[in-house]
Amino acid sequence: MEVLQLLISGISQGCVYGLIALGFVLIYKATEMVNFAQGDVMMLGAFVAVSFVNLLDLPFVWGVLATLMVMGLVGALLERLLLRPMIGEPHFAVLMLTIGLGFLLRALAGAIWGNEPRALETPYAGEVLRLGAVVLGYENVVIMLGTVVLCTLLFLFFRFTRLGIAMQAASQNQLAAYYVGIPVKRIYSLVWALSALIAGFAGVLTAPVSLIDPLMGFVGIKAFAAAIVGGFGSLPGAILGGLLVGVVEQFAGLYLPTGFSDVSAYVLLLVMLMIRPQGLFATMQRKKV
Amino acid sequence: MGNLLELQNIETYYGPIMAIRGVSMDVPEGKVVSVLGANGAGKTTVLKTISGAMDPQKGTVTFKGERIDARDPDWVARRGIAHVPEGREVFPFLSVEDNLRMGAFSRRDSEVSQDIELVYEYFPVLKEYRGNQAEYLSGGQQQMLAIGRALMLRPELMLLDEPSLGLSPRLVHDIAEIVVRLNREQSVTMLLVEQNAKMALDIGDYGYVMELGRIVMEDTCERLREATDVQEFYLGMKDEGVRGRRRWKQRKTWR
Repeated sequence: MEVLQLLISGISQGCVYGLIALGFVLIYKATEMVNFAQGDVMMLGAFVAVSFVNLLDLPFVWGVLATLMVMGLVGALLERLLLRPMIGEPHFAVLMLTIGLGFLLRALAGAIWGNEPRALETPYAGEVLRLGAVVLGYENVVIMLGTVVLCTLLFLFFRFTRLGIAMQAASQNQLAAYYVGIPVKRIYSLVWALSALIAGFAGVLTAPVSLIDPLMGFVGIKAFAAAIVGGFGSLPGAILGGLLVGVVEQFAGLYLPTGFSDVSAYVLLLVMLMIRPQGLFATMQRKKV
Repeated sequence: MGNLLELQNIETYYGPIMAIRGVSMDVPEGKVVSVLGANGAGKTTVLKTISGAMDPQKGTVTFKGERIDARDPDWVARRGIAHVPEGREVFPFLSVEDNLRMGAFSRRDSEVSQDIELVYEYFPVLKEYRGNQAEYLSGGQQQMLAIGRALMLRPELMLLDEPSLGLSPRLVHDIAEIVVRLNREQSVTMLLVEQNAKMALDIGDYGYVMELGRIVMEDTCERLREATDVQEFYLGMKDEGVRGRRRWKQRKTWR
């Protein structure tokens, strides 16, 4: 039973990694940039949720919806103001920009909300669900359900909506997308919005289980490892990579000496790079220039 | 009929390299205009400059009396210019039908499905593979898909960049036939860039010959076919044997 318990808490932690990884992959696939501030965007989402729910006293669900909208807007603005002027600049410059953006967001969050850890007030705090011998915190149930719902919505969006297909088209062949009249730049803004929205959602989900402070965005690095394990460039891969990292971390925490739990994500990454460098789902193809 | 598209003294650079050195060109409405030239003559760059993928340093591009240079390619596409790029460039992981649907991205009307059927009439083979991912199509089928996708825009002007590239002679013939039919039946004006001079001159009304970023000859395609230079350099109709004068040493340019 202990194994099952670990597995479940690993999965719920992995969902958060997976969602952040999803944000990495979305932006990378569409724009070929890696947004290293993805974890900090998640942190921002958690703080925005705190503002809406704790400080403004909105009902939880409304607070979350408002958070998602604000985060979508933040993502679009980041793309419009910071990233778009960088089109045509070397990749390295863009990469440094997103790392700098991470620092900026951390400092900003510290200045606005303070560096003291906070907790998001949720209607389901402290409740547990008992399934036989397995005890599940409602927080974890919500994380898992939320991830499943979000992934389903994303799947439907990419599969069936005009905009979703256009996003795929723009990431598969940018020039051809331009030639058929898809406003590629606007699509990039929307991809950033979507990615920030997903990160914000991850922030809301993880807020009840891990305290919110300006440094919580560093899980982004583990999520980055998860994205690579999944095969950077595959959306299901990102989620699966996240789950794998989450589960391995839990088991490493119990069965290996102290400290291994924190590095297990990177060990997993190294092992993956050695045995299957293209990741679990290798949808990466040679890009035509 | 007037000119649908006019290029005036275009100069386009790749970084420091001047690819187009002052090109002026007219594309009359309803016609097929062919552009011939060897590799690196700047034919593709002319098309890219028209569709907005590259901006000219100097000169103007006018479409239906409106300046379209220095605009984004998606804006130009929405004006009614469909660019079929070299090397097909389909969306590899989308289905054939989604590729076509994306061709109509900028359209708001309800006749998209009808137009997909129209494309299937021109290219029955695409209907057969409508649910398949585009990357699994053969080269010729991908070319058909790229043309079909461009047709979904309901363009007034279609820019065709080497549609015969890498296709068998029979497929080249098929594609040429389709281009002529689209021109006549859908009244799409065509600007065709080709290395396959025979095909380009056969289906074109008017032709330009480019070399090293300049236009060195222009005339009706009929007269271009007769011109000795064109026959010699592009149609390979020189009478002398291989042991004759090394023709490329004799005359490399018209200048």
